[in-house]
Amino acid sequence: MANEDQSLWITFNGEIFNYVELRNELIKKGYRFRTQSDTEVILHLYEEKGDACVRDLNGQWAFAIWDPKRERLFLSRDRLGVRPLFYARMKEGFGFASEIKSLLAIPSLPREIDPLALDQIFTFWVTIPPTTMFAGISELPPGHCLTLQEGKIDITPYWTLDYDGDARIKGEKEAREELLALLIDAIRLRLRSDVPVGAYLSGGLDSTVIAALIKKLGVTHLKTFSVAFEDKAFDESPFQEEASRFLGTDHQTIVCRPSDIGRVFPEVIWHTETPIVRAAPAPLFLLSKLVREQGYKVVLTGEGSDEVLGGYDIFKEAKIRRFWAKQPQSKFRPLLLRRLYPYMKNLQAQSDAYLRAFFHVRKEEINSPFFSHLPRWEMTSKLKLFFSREMKERIGSPEPLRQLEKRLPCGYGQWEPFAQSQYLETAYLLPGYILSSQGDRMAMAHSVEGRFPFLDYRVVQFAARLPSRLKMRVLNEKYLLKQAAVSLIPDTIRKRHKQPYRAPDSQSFLVPGRPQVMVDYAEEALSPQAIREAGLFDPDRVGKLVEKVRAGQAIGVKDNMAFVGILSAQLVVDRFIKHFPREYTR
Amino acid sequence: MTSIEAQVRQYVTDRLLFGRSDVVVDGETSFLESGLIDSTGVLELVAFLEECFRIKVEDEDLVPANLDSVNALVKFIESKSANLINTSS
Repeated sequence: MANEDQSLWITFNGEIFNYVELRNELIKKGYRFRTQSDTEVILHLYEEKGDACVRDLNGQWAFAIWDPKRERLFLSRDRLGVRPLFYARMKEGFGFASEIKSLLAIPSLPREIDPLALDQIFTFWVTIPPTTMFAGISELPPGHCLTLQEGKIDITPYWTLDYDGDARIKGEKEAREELLALLIDAIRLRLRSDVPVGAYLSGGLDSTVIAALIKKLGVTHLKTFSVAFEDKAFDESPFQEEASRFLGTDHQTIVCRPSDIGRVFPEVIWHTETPIVRAAPAPLFLLSKLVREQGYKVVLTGEGSDEVLGGYDIFKEAKIRRFWAKQPQSKFRPLLLRRLYPYMKNLQAQSDAYLRAFFHVRKEEINSPFFSHLPRWEMTSKLKLFFSREMKERIGSPEPLRQLEKRLPCGYGQWEPFAQSQYLETAYLLPGYILSSQGDRMAMAHSVEGRFPFLDYRVVQFAARLPSRLKMRVLNEKYLLKQAAVSLIPDTIRKRHKQPYRAPDSQSFLVPGRPQVMVDYAEEALSPQAIREAGLFDPDRVGKLVEKVRAGQAIGVKDNMAFVGILSAQLVVDRFIKHFPREYTR
Repeated sequence: MTSIEAQVRQYVTDRLLFGRSDVVVDGETSFLESGLIDSTGVLELVAFLEECFRIKVEDEDLVPANLDSVNALVKFIESKSANLINTSS
């Protein structure tokens, strides 16, 4: 789309939820609109405010504005990274796209794996922007703009997460009221749509609160969608049904069997465009298919709440470990470790002595800026033992943690430890894994748009400045949200022990009824020949892991992560490098 | 190397190192400290001991002092096996 005199051109992927208010302001200033679209609002706002226009936007976006007179390109990505934006510089110019596969279609770009990306994924679960899985292709970080003029690229942040406390927040009551008011407004804006808007209902606190607030805003007929699991260890359907009954929603569920995950996994990887260490995105791929089949194109969903309001177990784990480290000789403090991960049977089966050994704090850890995440990252890094010798040589010694440390914002060291761990989850895992692999990509795979009220930047900014005691009260996660939800949702859901969203991993790739046999593409992708050809992993070691999976003995987190990570990396090589579809390159 | 130690080392190489030969695991290397074992790994290890050496690992035996290195494991298996012989004789 262009403006009236064609002096500016825009291409835009996403939604600006406050476009109505922005449009009215621009009309008052004399701008004329030819359409009712949010795209035109961005264009005129850019004319009015230039690059700073992005500060006024409330939404999820990736857009580019081309100014032919100045020969200047301006790219922007939303604050939290809901919408992806990739770019590449090549000999014939500059390319950008919302999907990596569009860039891989450019003949002069090498379709090659970036070894450092693989090292990052097998440390942090995600690549750290600008790195992507592919050499020569970069990711614009969330909350950043890029300008290209006279051959020079400038990348600048326009928004950053800030956890400095806010003295204005006096007490719990005011905080609760403000949170609720912000959430209601975030939802009100996200219900703006030409098509009916549905909602996901996971059976947990966040999505139930959203559905309840949608109803409160006067939506009489609300369609909700859930994924249920055949395996009761992952299933939350009784809570989903209860929430639906309580709120009176028109509810639809898809039941996911492990074999369903195995069946769709290659398609999932086609949309994630990166290896993943968990199979959990696959059921959400199936869920968005159900949504689309029901004629819905937009859903509101609860992602972001755990990061923003303090829900993750990793926050709890860090709190207990830090508390224990203050009195390492205490006999009572480590007893709190039993409160961690109640849904992990193998961990709960451990003796006290082993629990202590798993979670004890080493001297060098206590002052690390990554204290909360060290156990997870160290555990994931152990999976690098599967890297081939060639890959290890190409990776060299990148010291990923040291690299990440250099990127931390300047105030990070002064934030309280709880805020530091929130930052790491929000700045890296949220855009790189939760939103891209599990959220936006899995929804968009079936052209369903996910909207995330907890990621309205006003909610995020407000929550970031709350004292941590209002996020996790002792060991009670998302305390403030739970208090705000009194009488809004059933108490059984409000008070239930948090169950993180998980799905079956390696067992999903075994053919039901045929012991020791994996689905065809997995057999092929993990064959010694395919492993050798791709060059990423050591065929003998992968062979031993595959043997373990076949025998049904890969029951631990580490083995499962290794299996899913290796299989997905092999599929990335196969689909994006070896057999990249011809229709893309034509 | 005793046969017990050889079997334990084989287990470590196959199941913890997945055949990797460039990592040195000596008799005293801590499985926990070197990240070779996680919570499931401990349970797998117990299953291996019970199956391979026909010993019974009691709850109170589940401590790193018994299970956290090749040497500790060998000692633990030997003492358990001796107990087994004493009990049965």
